[in-house]
Amino acid sequence: MPQIVVRNLRKTFQVAERDPGVWGAVKGLARRRYRTVTALDGVSFDLETGELVGYIGPNGAGKSTTVKALAGILVPDSGQCDVLGRTPWKDRQAHVQQIGVVFGQRTQLWWDLPVIESFDLLRDIYRVPKKRYAGVRDELIALLNLEPLLDTPVRQLSLGQRMRCDLAAALIHAPAILFLDEPTIGLDAVSKLAIRKFIQRLNRERGVTVILTTHDMDDIEALCSRVILIGRGQILSDGTLEDLRTSVTRERWLIIDLVNENEPVEDSFATVVRRDENRVVLSFDPASISTAELISRITARNAVRDLFVQNPPIEEIMAHLYGRARL
Amino acid sequence: MVSPVIGGRGAAFRPYLSILGARFRVLLQYRAAAVAGFGTQLFWGLIRMMIFTGFYASTTRAQPMSLPQVITYVWLGQALFAMLPWSLDAEIRAMIRSGAVAYELVRPLDLYSWWYCRCLAARVAPTLLRSLPLFCVAGIFFGLQAPPSWSSGIAWFAATVGSLLVGCAFSNLMNISLLWTITGDGISRLVPTLVFALSGMLLPLPLFPNWAQRILAFIPFRDMVDLPFRLYVGQIPAVEAGSVLAQQIAWTLILMFFGRWLLARGLSRLVVQGG
Amino acid sequence: MLKILDAIRLYFRYLGISMRAQMQYRASFLMMTVGQCAATGIEFLGIWALFARFGSLRGWTLPEVALFYGIINCGFAVAESLGRGFDIFPELVKSGDFDRVLLRPRSTILQIAGREFQLMRFGRLAQGLAVLIWALLHLKIVWDFARAALLCATIGSAAYLFYGLLVLQATMSFWTVETLEILNTVTYGGTETGQYPLTIYRPWFRRFFTFVVPIACANYLPVGAILGMADPLGASTWAQWSAPAGGFVFLLISLQIWKVGVRHYRSTGS
Repeated sequence: MPQIVVRNLRKTFQVAERDPGVWGAVKGLARRRYRTVTALDGVSFDLETGELVGYIGPNGAGKSTTVKALAGILVPDSGQCDVLGRTPWKDRQAHVQQIGVVFGQRTQLWWDLPVIESFDLLRDIYRVPKKRYAGVRDELIALLNLEPLLDTPVRQLSLGQRMRCDLAAALIHAPAILFLDEPTIGLDAVSKLAIRKFIQRLNRERGVTVILTTHDMDDIEALCSRVILIGRGQILSDGTLEDLRTSVTRERWLIIDLVNENEPVEDSFATVVRRDENRVVLSFDPASISTAELISRITARNAVRDLFVQNPPIEEIMAHLYGRARL
Repeated sequence: MVSPVIGGRGAAFRPYLSILGARFRVLLQYRAAAVAGFGTQLFWGLIRMMIFTGFYASTTRAQPMSLPQVITYVWLGQALFAMLPWSLDAEIRAMIRSGAVAYELVRPLDLYSWWYCRCLAARVAPTLLRSLPLFCVAGIFFGLQAPPSWSSGIAWFAATVGSLLVGCAFSNLMNISLLWTITGDGISRLVPTLVFALSGMLLPLPLFPNWAQRILAFIPFRDMVDLPFRLYVGQIPAVEAGSVLAQQIAWTLILMFFGRWLLARGLSRLVVQGG
Repeated sequence: MLKILDAIRLYFRYLGISMRAQMQYRASFLMMTVGQCAATGIEFLGIWALFARFGSLRGWTLPEVALFYGIINCGFAVAESLGRGFDIFPELVKSGDFDRVLLRPRSTILQIAGREFQLMRFGRLAQGLAVLIWALLHLKIVWDFARAALLCATIGSAAYLFYGLLVLQATMSFWTVETLEILNTVTYGGTETGQYPLTIYRPWFRRFFTFVVPIACANYLPVGAILGMADPLGASTWAQWSAPAGGFVFLLISLQIWKVGVRHYRSTGS
């Protein structure tokens, strides 16, 4: 049986509305109008133990509502959910003992305390036995290279350092499932890599199930074997990143470096995406012309120094997808 | 092309007027705060009223003010509560804390006047909004009386404007002191207490012991609450309004002068430190 | 039982941590404490000035009123310093940090209660205690064990009651994010009310502070028993002695309402 089963989750919110301007404010004093917003409109999926899944979608698509429901802090209007054999929102305390949550934008550490004291306090909050705690803590410190940070008050940490500490804090009680909400937001390249590497190890070596929501497509590309796309409260696609890519477009890019600057490059089966000095980027559909044929046609007409073929960058795919998800 | 600098004599006041307008719009947005402010003031007025009624029922000695006068005084205090120099300007405080106060020097405005106007706006806007309903309710149900004569009413109104000027000169002084204390933690706790006790909000100043009266006459706090209120209830005859106003204006000028001097010193300090 | 002990232990851990965090800002802390002591103490100066002029308040003397004042202020100070987490709770909801509280396998009450322990409020406690001691020195009370216990229970009752009010105030923010000064009226207004004997107020006002917000249970009724006088309003001796329980019951009810609030929050996710 899958570790997480989600069936037909629905949730609507009431949002207060007010007319603009002073008159609107005065009218608002007397009576408020409400608008119903559907955040989740029948969401269903399964997750197996040890999966690392990217949960993506534009802002307001229903990502965080889903995560809140799975974490047990939000009760949906209808639908079933089973996480580790339990309905998350039925027995909150027992449920959250099994999961870890990291919010990239917020810390769960105590602002004025040295990092290590936050860990100690979390041990007490999660009732982790002393012996097991020491083992887990030391391992996390080693893996995330936290040793030099332990005695620093959290308010003095850099964002990257803080995020490493937050990851450790979410894992003190050895949860089976980890929710990551934009864990790399605002981090520099080195920190991002370190975080990704750690998440990957955690998933591969410990078999921790990871649910990652992010807008950083490099995160998705580097980590996720499976991607679930949500838009307007519905699951729009669920599969590998490759599936997602081809569902949007089959197009491929041919990048050509010419010998001569500003020489025109044309072909009836390809369109020019970009052109700067002697580099030309062509896009084409492999279904209508094979890559080999296109290359031979170009080289016949132009003096080519170098060329290579690649997929369009993932950002372009996502912009496309998000555009579709918003409709 | 019209140069933005040209705009007639009125243009000089425009920035100061616009801050007043902005305050109003902000205040209108918070309905709960407005209702709550009204409820709080009403409640406190009721408690005070009952307490004073109790005390007056316990004595037969003649008092410097009659019970109806005291009750009216109490309600005036509740209605005009927002007018007192209670608080520091939160924005100025934040600006000084973050060092962004340096940008204030870039504006083509006289800094003291600018801050003074912010004070005025912060006092006038909520007072106008909140005092009227309280005047009505307390007047109809809870013993707030009209002034004994038209002249008392007019004298009170003039002295209220005077008290506003003193109060803002004083609260601007508090703002300026932030240039030294930065956090303002101590000031934001102690000063309101002093103002509360010495202005007449805690109890009408004539009810203080006689020895205290002599001290109170020499500090500016009674100009903010006590003198206008006593003009209203007629405990000070309306003919003395002139001398009350003169006293208020004198205090305003003294506080403004001191404030400007302090601001100049504070800013030069800021520049020396490289703000 | 073990579970409760564990919760209490965690609560004290929380308080210790909050205390240490505050000690990092020692100068500010000292200034705020002194400021608070002065700010609240000035109220008593006002009462003193009124007694100096009027002699008595409907038959009550200054030391008697001082006893009311001391009890209410000590109780409120304790509630305020321990209940600070509930006091600042609206910000917690607005910032979304309440979600983090829900993500931890502990009761929300425990986590919010332990969130902040405000040392600064010792300023009020200090002046309240000073007035209380002054009152006890000037009153001729026939002390016995039961009376002393009743005095402590009364202060405790006041603390419970005000804590309950803070909880109720926090609970409101599950429904609206606008400022909730209106409840400050009941907390701060309640202390003001409780500083004087109930007899000086109008009947409807007395009823409100006896049966709706039972401040009478935390001062007026038991103080009558401590002073050894029959209640002029006609409460029985039995009622006077058992009244302090009212504060505790009020807190229990408030905590139940809090739970309703949390349920509402989790179903709307505001």
